[in-house]
Amino acid sequence: MKSPASSSSRKGWQLSWHDPTVRSVIYQILIVGLVGLGIWYLVSNTLHNLSMRNIKTGFGFLHQEAGFAIGESSIEYRPADSYGRAILVGLINTLRVSVIGIIAATLFGTILGVARLSHNWLVSRVASVYIEVMRNIPLLLQLFFWYAIITENMPGPRQAHHPFPGVFISNRGLKIPAVQGDALDWMLAAAGVAIVLILLIAHWARRRQEATGRQFPLVRAGLALLVGLPLLALWSSGASLSLELPALKGFNFVGGLTLSPEFAALLLGLIVYTSAFIAEVVRSGIQAVGKGQWEAAQAIGLPRSRVLRLVILPQSLRVIIPPMTSQYLNLTKNSSLAVAIGYPDVVSVVNTTLNQTGQAIEGIIIIMAAYLTVSLSISVFMNWYNKRIALVER
Amino acid sequence: MPAIDATGPTRAMQPPVIHQGVVGWLRASLFSSPLNILLTVLVGWLLLMIVPALIDWLFIKSDFNATTAKECRASGGACWAFIAEKHRFILFGIYPYDEQWRPLLAMIILIAVLAISAMRRFWRPILGLIWLLALTAVAVLMWGGVLGLSHVENSHWGGLPLTLILATFGIALAFPFGLVLALGRRSNLPAVRTICIVYIELIRGVPLISLLFMSSVMLPLFLPEGFTLDKLLRAQIAIILFAAAYIAETVRGGLQAIPAGQYEGADSLGLSYWQTMRKIILPQALTVVIPPLVSVFIGLFKDTSLVVIIGIFDLTQTAKTAVADAAWRGFSAEAYLFIAFIYFIFCYSISRYSQALEKRLERGHRQ
Repeated sequence: MKSPASSSSRKGWQLSWHDPTVRSVIYQILIVGLVGLGIWYLVSNTLHNLSMRNIKTGFGFLHQEAGFAIGESSIEYRPADSYGRAILVGLINTLRVSVIGIIAATLFGTILGVARLSHNWLVSRVASVYIEVMRNIPLLLQLFFWYAIITENMPGPRQAHHPFPGVFISNRGLKIPAVQGDALDWMLAAAGVAIVLILLIAHWARRRQEATGRQFPLVRAGLALLVGLPLLALWSSGASLSLELPALKGFNFVGGLTLSPEFAALLLGLIVYTSAFIAEVVRSGIQAVGKGQWEAAQAIGLPRSRVLRLVILPQSLRVIIPPMTSQYLNLTKNSSLAVAIGYPDVVSVVNTTLNQTGQAIEGIIIIMAAYLTVSLSISVFMNWYNKRIALVER
Repeated sequence: MPAIDATGPTRAMQPPVIHQGVVGWLRASLFSSPLNILLTVLVGWLLLMIVPALIDWLFIKSDFNATTAKECRASGGACWAFIAEKHRFILFGIYPYDEQWRPLLAMIILIAVLAISAMRRFWRPILGLIWLLALTAVAVLMWGGVLGLSHVENSHWGGLPLTLILATFGIALAFPFGLVLALGRRSNLPAVRTICIVYIELIRGVPLISLLFMSSVMLPLFLPEGFTLDKLLRAQIAIILFAAAYIAETVRGGLQAIPAGQYEGADSLGLSYWQTMRKIILPQALTVVIPPLVSVFIGLFKDTSLVVIIGIFDLTQTAKTAVADAAWRGFSAEAYLFIAFIYFIFCYSISRYSQALEKRLERGHRQ
C-alpha cells in the first residue's frame, strides 16, 4: 500500500488515469484547490465585512490604553497600561492557576487512584464514589457551584470561619498567613542548591549501584538535604523571618496572602474535576502491569511499598504518561472557564479587550496562539519525559 | 497405609472463625494491617463528619412545600420548594408554557433514539434511517409551524431539551466529518494528510470556549453580507467542528489497531480504496472504537454546558437564571445540585453502558 507506483517513472511520462501516481496528484490538487477556495472565500468575505464596518485590522491596538481594571495580577498593572500588558496579566493568571492546578491535581489524583485499588474496602469505595460523581458532572457547573458556595453561603469577613490560627474563610475568599523577611531569598537559594545536590547524588548513587550493587538511602538523604540546607541558611544568615498573619481591621482583612473567591473556586473546581480523571489514569496504569509482576516481586520478599516503587511504578509510568499529558492539556484548556466566574484569565481579558475595541479576529488569534503555545510546550516536555522513561526498557 | 474411614466422605476442615463470615471479611477488608486500621478510622471519621450533616441538610431539615423564600430559609435545610417552584423553567427555559409538552416529547424521542442505538440488535444500516426520522421529528416538534403546531423561535428554546439537542445533533453531524478527517489523516496523499493534521491539532490545541467565541463574533464576519445565522446554529456549528477533531483522533486509534495484513488482503483482492475502507477496514475499526467514542460523547454532553458563556439557554443557563430571581435569592446550591443530578444520571448511565459494552466486545474478540 505504501508506494504502489514507483515503476511508473521508468515507463516514461505517460499521463494516464490508470496511473495511481497521476491520480493521486490530481486528487491532491483538487482537494487543496477546494480547501484553498473555501478559505479564500471566507477571507474575502471577512475583509469585505470589515471594510464595510470600518474596522482596522492589525495588532496596533495592543499599544493603546486599556482603561479597565483587573481584579488580581501577579505583575504591576494599572488601567492606564496598554492592552498588551493587560493580556500579559491574563496570560500569567492562566499559567498560575494551571501550574498550581496541575501539581495539586496530580498529587490528589494519584492518591485517589491508588486508593481506588486499595484492599481496604472503605477506602476504595469512597474513592470510587468520588471519582464517578466528579467525572460525570460538567466542570462549568462545578465552578458555578463552588463560586456560589463561597460567595453566598460563606459568612462575611466579620464572622469568617476560622479553622486554624491565621486562616480565615469568608465570602471575600481565603486568607492564609504570608511568609516575609530577608531570609526568604537565602532559604530559596539554599533549596535550589539542595535540589542540584540531590540530582548529583542521585546520579552518583545510580552509577555506584550499577557498578557495585550497593544501595544508597537516597530518599532519606534527599529529604535531609532539602530540609536541612534552608534551615542552615536561615540560621547562618541571621536575617529575619516572620509570619504575617491576616487580621480583621474594620470591614476587611489586612496582611497575609489572599486567594480571591474567583481564584479559589476555579482552582478548587479544576483540582476536584481533573483529579478524578487523573485517578482513573493512574489506576489503569497500575492495572496494566501484569499480576505476575506483583507476585514475582512479592516472591523475592519485597514489601508492598517497595514492590510498588521498584517494580510496578517504573512499568506503569510508561502507560500513564501519554493519557496524563492529555489530562494536563485538558486542565490548562479548562482553565479558560474562568471567564464564567470572573477570574481574569487570558480569555476573560481578551474578551473584555475585544468588546472594547471590536478587534474580534485579532483577539481570537491571540487566545488561540496562547493556548496552542502552552499546549505544544506541555506536549513537547511530556514527550521528552516519555522518551526518557521509555529508554529504561530494553 | 492409614485405614480409610468407610462411614462416609471426610469433611473438609473449616478455616478459623476469624477468617470467615462477617468477622473475616471485616478483618481482611478493613483491619488487615496497622496502616489499614489507621486508614479505616480516618476515612470513617471523615464520613461521620460529612454524611449525617449532608443527609440532615438534604432530607431531614429540608423544606419541600414552602411558598416563600423566607419560609424556606427558616427551615435551615435545603430548600427543595425552590426547585418545585422553578422546575418547569429550569427544565424547559422560556419555551411557551402551554406548549412545553413539545420539548418534553422531543426529549423523550431523543432519549429513545439514544437507547435504541445502544442495543446491538439495531446496529444495522436501518439505524441511520431511524436517526434521520427522529431528528426530523425533533425539529418539527421544537420549531413547529407545520401540522397545526404554532411556530416557536429557537431563541425561545431552552433547558434540558436544548442540552440534549446540542449534544445529539453535535455527535450525529460530527461523526461523519470526524470519520473523513480520520481517513484523511491516515491517507497516503501528503497534501490531504497535512490538511487533516493541521485541522485536528489546531482544534484540539485550543479550548472549546475560544471556538464558541469565534462562532459568536467571527462567524458573522466570515459569511457574505446580508446572510446571517442565528446564535444557536452558530454554537451548534462550533460544537460540531470541535467534536469532529476528537472523534477523528478516536477513530484513528481504531484504524491503527487494524493489522496491515487486512489492508494487504484487500489490496490483493483488487478492491479500490473506498471499497477497502467500507467493506474491510471501517467495520472492524469502528467496532473497536465504540467504547472510546461513547466517552467522547459523554465529554461532548458535559461540554454543551459551555454555551452558557455565549448566552444560550441550556440547562446550566436556566438554572443560573432561576437562581438570580430576586424573590428566591440564595438557593444556588439547591439549583446546581438539581441539574448536577440530571447531568450525572445521563453521563453515569452512558458510561456504565460503555463499560458493559467494552467487556462484551472484548469477549467477542477473544473468541
